[in-house]
Amino acid sequence: MLRLVNVLKRYKTGDVALNNVSLEIPDGQVIALIGPSGAGKSTLIRCVNRLVTPTEGKIFLGDTELTALSSRALRKARRRMGMIFQEYALVERLTVMENVLSGRLGYVGFWASWFRKFPKKDVQEAYRLLDRVGLMDMADKRADELSGGQRQRVGICRALIQNPELLLVDEPTASLDPKTSRQIMRLINELCAERGLAAIINIHDVHLAQMYSQRIVGLKLGELVFDGPPDGLVPDVLTEIYGEEDWEATIEDVDEDDEDVDEDGETEGPRT
Amino acid sequence: MSGSSFDTSKPSGSFPDTWKKPPFIKNKTLRWLVYLAVILYFAAAFGTMDINWTRAYEGLPRGAEFIASFFPPTMIDSNGVDVSGTIVEGILESIWMAIVATVAGIILSVPIGLGASRNLAPTPVYLFCRGIIASSRTFPEVILAIFAVKLFGFGSFAGLVALSIGTIGFFAKLLAEDIEITAKSPNEAIESTGAGWFQWVNYAIQPQVLPRMIGLSVYRLDINFRESAVVGIVGGGGIGATLKTSFERYDFSISATILLSIIIIVMMLEYSSGYLRKWVQ
Repeated sequence: MLRLVNVLKRYKTGDVALNNVSLEIPDGQVIALIGPSGAGKSTLIRCVNRLVTPTEGKIFLGDTELTALSSRALRKARRRMGMIFQEYALVERLTVMENVLSGRLGYVGFWASWFRKFPKKDVQEAYRLLDRVGLMDMADKRADELSGGQRQRVGICRALIQNPELLLVDEPTASLDPKTSRQIMRLINELCAERGLAAIINIHDVHLAQMYSQRIVGLKLGELVFDGPPDGLVPDVLTEIYGEEDWEATIEDVDEDDEDVDEDGETEGPRT
Repeated sequence: MSGSSFDTSKPSGSFPDTWKKPPFIKNKTLRWLVYLAVILYFAAAFGTMDINWTRAYEGLPRGAEFIASFFPPTMIDSNGVDVSGTIVEGILESIWMAIVATVAGIILSVPIGLGASRNLAPTPVYLFCRGIIASSRTFPEVILAIFAVKLFGFGSFAGLVALSIGTIGFFAKLLAEDIEITAKSPNEAIESTGAGWFQWVNYAIQPQVLPRMIGLSVYRLDINFRESAVVGIVGGGGIGATLKTSFERYDFSISATILLSIIIIVMMLEYSSGYLRKWVQ
């Protein structure tokens, strides 16, 4: 379980990105974090794995107080949290395999990683994950040879090979076309279900958020303004989060749309 | 509902039809003062420069005569002795100096460059490494060579030390600057896997900077070879020493041979570095 207690982040410029946010995420729950740009969504998930250090408040992953860790203990704790990024954040000049295996860096020693001599079971797991996301044949390609959707799958493999308890997902679909976006969201959802993973997914697309999460949390100017089930996102709530707009078209019938996507779900696979 | 559609009610004639790029200095008075200051400075500078055109004119035939004495390039000196052995020896020594100085300089540059990157090193380390870079960049190779000759005596070792120090200033600075512009997101991604600092450098930083660094090392090799001719003139060994001797003996046709060989080797390095850079990209 992930628990945020009164987390506040004030940047050096004086901007308060998060203001007294408290949140509990039980094991295995997938939540979508929505809110306008600059609401603090990115800051929130970066505070959890401490790419950003919170100014005040405490964050617990299970019994570990993440906000109180030394740098060595923090590296160990980071292994328990996989992160997936907006622009994929692959190291472009490394091969797909190296990118996936880099998820094991917290577990192997320096020289083993320097000579790319990862334990046999890590290599096997990397192949298994690549096969799971349909990129088995891409292992030796350089990351910059892949398409956007393929890169994001590699990013997912890199996060999952850490064998995490929690996924931190930052705008996974922002650079993808609508169809690939859905495939990626569905894949993340399925993998979370398979492994019983909890996930925080930052997402701009309200519709995708409703389709692929069990719970929605809304942030506005660093404050928590909504926490509820996907169908609780009525126009009034969206106005509260984002401001005045015509919201009826955004929240059509969710179920119907879901079926529509499952039909072309079979086409999911590597494209060259 | 906020108005998101365009307002089409205004007639097109009511908009201005000219546009000028806003000036760099917005204040008009200040702008003209700056222009005036620049013009005055150049006028004053030309006024104080003492250019003797008659002397320059008289020098022209002397220059032509001097250049003519370079031809034809030979390997036989004024006493009729074949000096090709000395030239080859000098060139080989210069090549050896250039290679060793490049390798040694780069090996020393890597830790300094890492330390001089804002996004890698804590402030005290950063300032210390930037200090090393700044001080090695303060002096051109000739000055470094004069110091080194005073310290270690005449010969190629002094030249080698001078070139290595010069390489540090060049390579560490460019490495640090390249590290500072690496993409933030892969760096964050590798950090968030729980990787240690050295693993992070190896997996996130190194792949992003390596191709450019390989290109730069060949470029530096080429600079070091050229500089080896210069440091030789102040006593640092190599082809520069041979060149200096030929000048002192007025064997200008031998100097021409040496200069031609330097040009050919530099051109070969230039060509191969371009090729190598394309290949590593």
